[in-house]
Amino acid sequence: MNLHEFQGKRLFQGVGIPIPRGQVADSPDQARATASDLDVPVVVKAQVHAGGRGKAGGVLKAANPEEAARHASRILGMEIKGLKVRNVLVEEAITIDRELYLGFTLDRSIGTHAAMLSSVGGVNIEEVATRNPEAIMKVHLHPHLGLQDHHVRRLVHGTGLDLAQKVALGQVIRGLWHLYSESDCSLAEINPLAVLHDGRLVAADSKIDLDDNALFRHPEWLELREVAEEDPLERRARELGLSYVRLDGEVGILGNGAGLVMTTLDVVQRVGGRAANFLDVGGGAGSALVREAMRLVLDDPNVRGVLVNIFGGITRCDEVARGILAGLDDLDIQVPLVIRLSGTNQEEGRRLLSERGLQTADSMTEAAARIVALTRPGTP
Amino acid sequence: MSILIDSSTRVLVQGLTGKEGRFHAQQMIESGIRVVAGVTPGRGGQQVLGLPVFDSVPEAVQATGANASLLFVPPAAAADACLEALEAGLPLVVCITEGVPVHDMVKVRAESLRRGARLLGPNCPGLISPGKCKLGIMPAGIFSSGPVGVVSRSGTLTYQVVDELTRAGLGQTTCVGIGGDPVLGTGFLEILQLFEQDQETRAVALIGEIGGTAEEDAARWLQQSGLPVVAFIAGQTAPPGKRMGHAGAIVSGSGGTARAKVEAFREAGVHVAETTTEMVQELKALLDRAP
Repeated sequence: MNLHEFQGKRLFQGVGIPIPRGQVADSPDQARATASDLDVPVVVKAQVHAGGRGKAGGVLKAANPEEAARHASRILGMEIKGLKVRNVLVEEAITIDRELYLGFTLDRSIGTHAAMLSSVGGVNIEEVATRNPEAIMKVHLHPHLGLQDHHVRRLVHGTGLDLAQKVALGQVIRGLWHLYSESDCSLAEINPLAVLHDGRLVAADSKIDLDDNALFRHPEWLELREVAEEDPLERRARELGLSYVRLDGEVGILGNGAGLVMTTLDVVQRVGGRAANFLDVGGGAGSALVREAMRLVLDDPNVRGVLVNIFGGITRCDEVARGILAGLDDLDIQVPLVIRLSGTNQEEGRRLLSERGLQTADSMTEAAARIVALTRPGTP
Repeated sequence: MSILIDSSTRVLVQGLTGKEGRFHAQQMIESGIRVVAGVTPGRGGQQVLGLPVFDSVPEAVQATGANASLLFVPPAAAADACLEALEAGLPLVVCITEGVPVHDMVKVRAESLRRGARLLGPNCPGLISPGKCKLGIMPAGIFSSGPVGVVSRSGTLTYQVVDELTRAGLGQTTCVGIGGDPVLGTGFLEILQLFEQDQETRAVALIGEIGGTAEEDAARWLQQSGLPVVAFIAGQTAPPGKRMGHAGAIVSGSGGTARAKVEAFREAGVHVAETTTEMVQELKALLDRAP
């Protein structure tokens, strides 16, 4: 779960990382009030899960409360990379001398945590990593022992900051590590970590990704999840316990197992179609869940046909067939359906479908070719 | 021969009294696997499926001589259960559980490495050596014994490939599901190294997917190894930044793309199949060519 900048900054505040003074606002009036409370020039920043906010006009400076309100009314409701802006962060404008980058993340290749610090902040850190890798100091942390003082010394060493700033940077590093490790983050980033004109260090932005698997021990996260910004179909899928990702094609996909469903998407594209979604019903899905999954796929208005691809292991093909048939009974299905059922109880599953006049495809490739032919633009 | 498990494996099931644990233990018993005990804290002394249930792993190991554990423990308790199994000295621990926090797995992985044990998973289907042993949840009926090793990050996709292998007359030595999470006990590389040592494994099917760099690491090693491998990468058309079902299947920024993995394998001289069917054909060709 990705957090918004203002949510991340609240967490920063909790671990003693300095942030600019400010408030989140969901209306121009609120933005005006915040700017007037701060009583200094402010920045109005769109709060969306998308990079490139500045370029999209989602970050604007305001000299006074009236201008802050005008900017807020312009930014609120604006769409950035398809995401609607519902909140703005109004905070004091800062004069930045230098920008650093600080981040903690998982190094998947060796299965442990890593700290990264770069003297080139404010830009895409991955670009720095490719173009100028020596500008990034990366330290791997012991899986059990975590961040130690010597790591901190190594990280701050080459920054060229003065002693007092190095001490302050050390505190920020320790604070961010505390947040990362205690809050089950898969990523915690400050980019840029600003060195201000007066010498202070301030987190000018935040990027936090929380590990969804750890939700059970962080009940406080529930209020961080913004139901409003989640795609309604993705939300319904989550509530049903289904793994669903909305895509922008026209072929609805329903399958079992993440790898098989990903492969189904790939095969559909190879034969000239585009998937409308990723949907994994998981292992051992019963007929009721399959019916709900059918409904979910069909509720996407872009879907012009549905491909069901099941390889039965724990999942039984007859259960899947019953779910599909239940879907046919209570959903008004107007689009073509191509089904591939193999594995456990396939004969029974295929028999149930053929009784209702539904033919199954023998292979994934054949099924994909058939549904793509049926959903090609121009077909009725 | 086979890797990691054989007919002498004595299986302990952690979480035997739960719905999934019981179901899969029953499947294993029916296919002749030596399941010797279950562990569920608080349920010691009970019998499930005719098996003794113990409160703790050490008790179960001492009483039954179990030498491998299969875990169906809920996510919140899975890391602790893995650590208990490792501390009891079990050399092989297979964690089926999906949804284990990644910070927990960082610790558990480190502990298994420190002890020199083999941890598989989490979020994996387990492993099977057809005709000898199964430590997992895969449908045994589609497997057959033969010369192909299979290693995969995915469950159902593995069944798809294995089904096609079996139909093509290509049996398997061992099929290993390493799991779909970002931090795993065992990666592709370690399993490939085991297959290389195995006399009966004559070719390997490697089924990868987007996210991470485990495939690239494997490809680098394959450059100097003589092990014949055919690779397949799922998620070629997946958009960046979206988690495709598996917690680990995500292209983040420029990392973990299917293209980088395909290129790494091609550089190592490893054929990357476009479809599962092509993968099976290519494996057949490899085996036919081999002396």
